[in-house]
Amino acid sequence: MNALFARHAILLVSMVKIVVLMFVLMTSLAYLVWLERKVAAHIQGRWGPYRVGPHGLMQPLADALKFLFKEDTTPAGADRFVYFLAPFVTLSLAISTIALIPFGPGAVQIFGQRTPLVIANVNIGLLAVFAITSIGVYGVALAGWSSNNKYSLLGGLRSAAQMISYELSLTMSVAGVLLLAGTFNMSEIIMAQSGYTWGFLPRWNLLSPTAPQLLGFFCYFVAAVAETNRLPFDLAEAESELVAGFHTEYSSFKFAMFFMGEYASMITVSCLATILFFGGWLSPFPQTAAFAWARYLPAAAFGIAGIALVLNGLRYSTAWGRVMLPVMGILLCALAGLLARPGSVDFLQGPLWFVLKVLVILFVYIWVRWTLPRFRYDQLMGIGWKFLLPVALANIVLTSLAVVLHK
Amino acid sequence: MSAQLAVFFILAAMAVAGAVSLIVQRHPIHSALSLIVVMAALAGLYLLLEAEFIAAIQIIVYAGAIMVLFVFVIMLLNAGVEERTSLSRTAFYAGVPLAMFLLVELAYRVERASGPMAAQPSPAAATRGLAMLLFQDFAFPFEATSILILIAILGAIVLAKRDV
Repeated sequence: MNALFARHAILLVSMVKIVVLMFVLMTSLAYLVWLERKVAAHIQGRWGPYRVGPHGLMQPLADALKFLFKEDTTPAGADRFVYFLAPFVTLSLAISTIALIPFGPGAVQIFGQRTPLVIANVNIGLLAVFAITSIGVYGVALAGWSSNNKYSLLGGLRSAAQMISYELSLTMSVAGVLLLAGTFNMSEIIMAQSGYTWGFLPRWNLLSPTAPQLLGFFCYFVAAVAETNRLPFDLAEAESELVAGFHTEYSSFKFAMFFMGEYASMITVSCLATILFFGGWLSPFPQTAAFAWARYLPAAAFGIAGIALVLNGLRYSTAWGRVMLPVMGILLCALAGLLARPGSVDFLQGPLWFVLKVLVILFVYIWVRWTLPRFRYDQLMGIGWKFLLPVALANIVLTSLAVVLHK
Repeated sequence: MSAQLAVFFILAAMAVAGAVSLIVQRHPIHSALSLIVVMAALAGLYLLLEAEFIAAIQIIVYAGAIMVLFVFVIMLLNAGVEERTSLSRTAFYAGVPLAMFLLVELAYRVERASGPMAAQPSPAAATRGLAMLLFQDFAFPFEATSILILIAILGAIVLAKRDV
């Protein structure tokens, strides 16, 4: 047994990491939907989910159960094999990109093996992510085609054309970052952004002293919103024109798979933006004695959130909420206490800053969706080809010039 | 059997099965999907050869861009199941022996040519080396190709716009 374990240690350790990451990802997917509904509601002056559990916190569970128990229908005349294949393609591709994202600089001990906080640390990390997302279009296109429904087909066609167009700008917008970092490896791209201009301004690619990637980030973000088929670029769904677009005919768990796929790719794109433009796990504060207090900021944030939750929970309308919310608050405070211990405070710096940046980008993502109206289809193509692509190309030229002059 | 060899055989079987399915399938979309499987399996084989960059490009360009275009056109034209005509039957009877002949010839050549392989550069250096070759040593052919493609695009636009 031990010999077998020693031979396949890397396999077993990877398995453990995959299981843990899957659990975290699935939970955060569920609560991302909750967050989206809450933010949308507050933007529109509503309360959002409020009935299932305090502040609607049990809503994701209720949604999942509802999806599972709905009838799973297949339309007449559908191409059955492709109809079944499409949701699997969408979800599995959206999830698998997470394997390439590094979450922190440290390493953890699993079964006595030291292993970094990433499942696959490969030389072509960034290219591999783009390779996986570039196949993602098949899920949507094939779903639209196989449903044997004109609205679905139109949605599939639109998304295929849209994703080809915007993928170009997406890839081009990242070239500036690659020029600055000189590598495809994600961890090395992050490490290339360490350091501080004038002692306090972080040298993230967005604020790089050589060539600030403001244009690059703008192009990346717009193209990423279009790649994930979200408003204002959700022409593949366009409720007002195409019923529900490519997933009109899908019900039950197959629909849930498309739904989860969309949110999983949102998380991937936000993680990528964090790595490429916001310095990944790097802290925004310099690591000097004057800023030593900044190391305790994540723990302090947890503590304040816990106290706020306790105070809010004690005044909650239902008895269940008056118990559950304070308990959660106390747990958060305990977590903050654990985080503030000298051993864990340094180790958890990276992952916590990373998650915080990803959350901010996800919030902007949701904010954009509920603020901007949908573009017309010709406007969408016009923006992609006539505006975004030239800007991304200009960014490459400017960055190359800056890099050459800087040397 | 080493793990690498096992992965090779799995990928090779995938590629061959995909290629056979590409021909046997009656519906264009199913054929296109089979071709994507072939592309993905080939990318996996490149990875086994430690050509990481080529593997990624294989997926991005072929599986991700060109095949999407194929699928897009098939969907746009709403192409149905292909028909079997007397000509396609003739092609089948003529094609099988020809394919067999090609297979035997390839096997013979590969068998004779198998010598020691050249030393491989490290994967990280491979991408850099490829870039040097493309943009320094072969910069002129590279640029000439891009102009050729540009001319082709312009030609397509001229042809498409004639009716408008």
